[in-house]
Amino acid sequence: MTSDYAIIGGGIVGLSTAWGLLKRGLRVTVLDGDDGSFRASRGNFGLVWVQGKGLNAPVYASWSQRSAAAWSDFAAELADATGFDLGLEQRGGYDLHFSEESLEATVARYEGLKAELGGDYPYEVLGHNALRREEPAIGPKVAGAILHHQDGHANPLKLLRALAADVRRLGGVILNGKTVTDVTRDDHFKITCADGTEVRAQKTVLSAGLGAMTLGPKLGFKAPIRPQRGQVLITEKLPKIINRPSLIARQVDEGGIQIGATNEEVGLDDHVTQPGLSGLAAEAIAAYPVLAKAQLVRSWGALRILSPDGLPIYQQSTEMPGAYLVTCHSGITLAAAHARFLPAWLEAAGDAPDLEIFSEARF
Amino acid sequence: MKPGSNFRELTPASDRALVDVRFGARALRLPLGENLAAALLVAGIMPFRQTPVSGAPRGPFCMMGACFDCLVEIDGLTGQACMLAVTEDMAIDMPAAGKGDGDA
Amino acid sequence: MHEVDLIIVGAGPAGMSAAGRAAECGLSVLILDEQPAAGGQIYRDVDRASALRGDILGKDFTEGQTLTRRLDHENITHLKGAVVWQIEDGPRVSYTQAGQGGVACSKRMIMATGALERPMPLPGWTLPGVMTAGAAQILLKQSGIACERAVLVGSGPLLYLIATQMVRADVPPIALVETQTRQDFIGSLRHLGGALRGWRYLLKGAGMLWHLRRARVSRYLGVSDIAIEGKEAAQAVTFTSEGKSQRIACETVLLHHGVVPNTQTARSIDIPHHWDERQAYFVPHCDEWGRTPKPAVFIAGDGAGIGGAKAAALAGEIAALDIACDLNRLTSADREAAARPLRARLAKERAARPFIDSAYPPHAAALAPQDPTIVCRCEEVTAGDIRRMAGLGCLGPNQTKAFGRAGMGPCQGRYCGLTVTRLLAEANGLSPDQTGHYRIRPPIKPVTLGEIAAMTPQETSEQSK
Repeated sequence: MTSDYAIIGGGIVGLSTAWGLLKRGLRVTVLDGDDGSFRASRGNFGLVWVQGKGLNAPVYASWSQRSAAAWSDFAAELADATGFDLGLEQRGGYDLHFSEESLEATVARYEGLKAELGGDYPYEVLGHNALRREEPAIGPKVAGAILHHQDGHANPLKLLRALAADVRRLGGVILNGKTVTDVTRDDHFKITCADGTEVRAQKTVLSAGLGAMTLGPKLGFKAPIRPQRGQVLITEKLPKIINRPSLIARQVDEGGIQIGATNEEVGLDDHVTQPGLSGLAAEAIAAYPVLAKAQLVRSWGALRILSPDGLPIYQQSTEMPGAYLVTCHSGITLAAAHARFLPAWLEAAGDAPDLEIFSEARF
Repeated sequence: MKPGSNFRELTPASDRALVDVRFGARALRLPLGENLAAALLVAGIMPFRQTPVSGAPRGPFCMMGACFDCLVEIDGLTGQACMLAVTEDMAIDMPAAGKGDGDA
Repeated sequence: MHEVDLIIVGAGPAGMSAAGRAAECGLSVLILDEQPAAGGQIYRDVDRASALRGDILGKDFTEGQTLTRRLDHENITHLKGAVVWQIEDGPRVSYTQAGQGGVACSKRMIMATGALERPMPLPGWTLPGVMTAGAAQILLKQSGIACERAVLVGSGPLLYLIATQMVRADVPPIALVETQTRQDFIGSLRHLGGALRGWRYLLKGAGMLWHLRRARVSRYLGVSDIAIEGKEAAQAVTFTSEGKSQRIACETVLLHHGVVPNTQTARSIDIPHHWDERQAYFVPHCDEWGRTPKPAVFIAGDGAGIGGAKAAALAGEIAALDIACDLNRLTSADREAAARPLRARLAKERAARPFIDSAYPPHAAALAPQDPTIVCRCEEVTAGDIRRMAGLGCLGPNQTKAFGRAGMGPCQGRYCGLTVTRLLAEANGLSPDQTGHYRIRPPIKPVTLGEIAAMTPQETSEQSK
């Protein structure tokens, strides 16, 4: 049997895309790796985030905004279908600053972007005292924050679980434990796996995260992506301390406080280091001093999938038309966009978004 | 054996001084330097905590610092009672992240 | 910051004897042990308890003092209450002691973190009043506290040992509810040869059973359908024995169906493990000296495979000999000469194992429990939840952890890991080796953010990768 689409990679990006395609009535087979694979979908920070993105590329900023605006509906539809509440909260998020200078410098950049977006960039600047009213636990070292009203967070693991369940329910086939070794194309695509499994499809989407480094060139892509490690900490469950998320810390729906993250170029190394953990812990305590007594119960290193400019790549292969590269490092934020808008682009439908700036031509 | 406790000290703790501690609202006299979980069991304290997920009652299970079911909170710090020793004026509470803050 | 030849994690029999031998060979040794006194679990607080309770606990216990005395050596630094929370290449160890973070570096490391009780998930096992048999023994050893009117449930010689100690303390258990069957015993007889080589061990077992008979402790054999009743705490144990339903009212239930290697520390540095089918647990890869595939790291004692206290002490010495040779304090020939008699004694110690393992196998119903039974105590995830996640494509425990939170609580999978692996393996038709185990990451034990943040620049400026 030949599917309409074979999706290589069953993480958030692959499953969101598969879900959207299934909703359009297409037949989809997803090939996913094994239990021990590097999985950015399991290690990310869970932010549905707008601020700070696309400061040099307004199209990326508005792509993120479109996705954030669509997230609520997307989460509700998944919750209705699967019974899994995704824990979405979109009540704004902070960029915390420890100095007036850095705060002002960021505001200046945001003003520039806001102008490019025709004013649609709803943020406000909170001085320390105003911030204290919103976040009673904020520490004295925090000079202030930029509160962006389109920011929020969700439970990325519940998102993953809900997508896996609903893709199946919608008739998608998910094959787990598969390592794709080869892809060929005559009148359709034939995807071969290490264990001999073969999947045939009219079109192929490569959404395998870091797997695109090896598979991308086989499909005719440049795939100039590299891993970047972020170390993340999570504490014991605590009473409510943090009201809105920031890049430094957020309180997850389960009660633990998640703290992140480093930006290290260390290749495919997902270990954590004591200096890395110490630095993150220190920053979290500077922001929220009460965290000094919180017990760390888990830490991990997750590998971001980064393009040279940090923007997503959406590209149809010129060598193998019908093969598409879909990769980004903001898979949670863009999950709604990948579910709702990307399938139209894959289908070259009338309502396809203009994703030209995300093509590989820019490299 | 203390009333309300299923645990008997084989030799009463006369070789060690008793000190005042508090568990929640209860005032207790426990042997100084004794393993805290053991001393609380003898004093008839049960449960030690309620789980953050469902509020279920829990008490010590492994007594060797591996299961974390004996977690208590002392001075804002959660710790395993079976890995602590009784000190004077200890103020012990159930961990604060009890049911109501977590969401399964 | 400490810099020594050898860091040993754990001051049980393996750790103590390794430290003693290494020190005697001229190595500088740092012991990091989380307990306030040496002895590990089996010789828990032996220095203090021997005088007070030696007659109840028996000679096997008081013998632990010959080991604790070896720690009194100028080459040995023993940090008590030191909890290791991270191990990096070096080895470089981060630990916490009395609320302060510390770092230690060495040329070699021995992990001697011993064993855990095999998890025994049964309906009601999370109720207050339900503990492991080992917990009861720790209460007795360290605190001289006996559990009144307890029921012991499960299988294995440790149940008899504890019951005997309770009888000697004049606080006998109400009953022993044993899961091994007559068939198990008959099947175990093919290992009788080995068992007879370890005849001293067998004799001890027979002696214990005689004691229990004399004290008229009820024994039920080959039981099934075990459940613990109660709402706020344990109130009764129910089970089926010889076709009849039984209910014993009690508030303390002590569970035990074997011990398994505590692999947490080894896994935290990605030491590979393999599944041992006969013993039904994961075992770390190590050679006959205890050396793992990580060249500077050794494992000795029950953490490398269950053998008991005496075997652990011998394994500790053997590892120390190899390390001393590694670090040029001992010639190869001297190493061999010293190791040979130790290996002979080790073989004798291990001889009765196959017999015991097959005579007292783990309780099958608790290895793969019914759907409503909680499997992950910390996050209250049930066996049914795990099976459902297998249905959602979870091939291994890490994907399962991501989907359902099993293994994410503070115990970090110590009491659910084996169960989750087995449930997934059965549901997916794979072996435990194929299914795998939780990835273990630091902190190995919880540590406060304040402590981590306060680790001094000197320590943090070390080789940041």
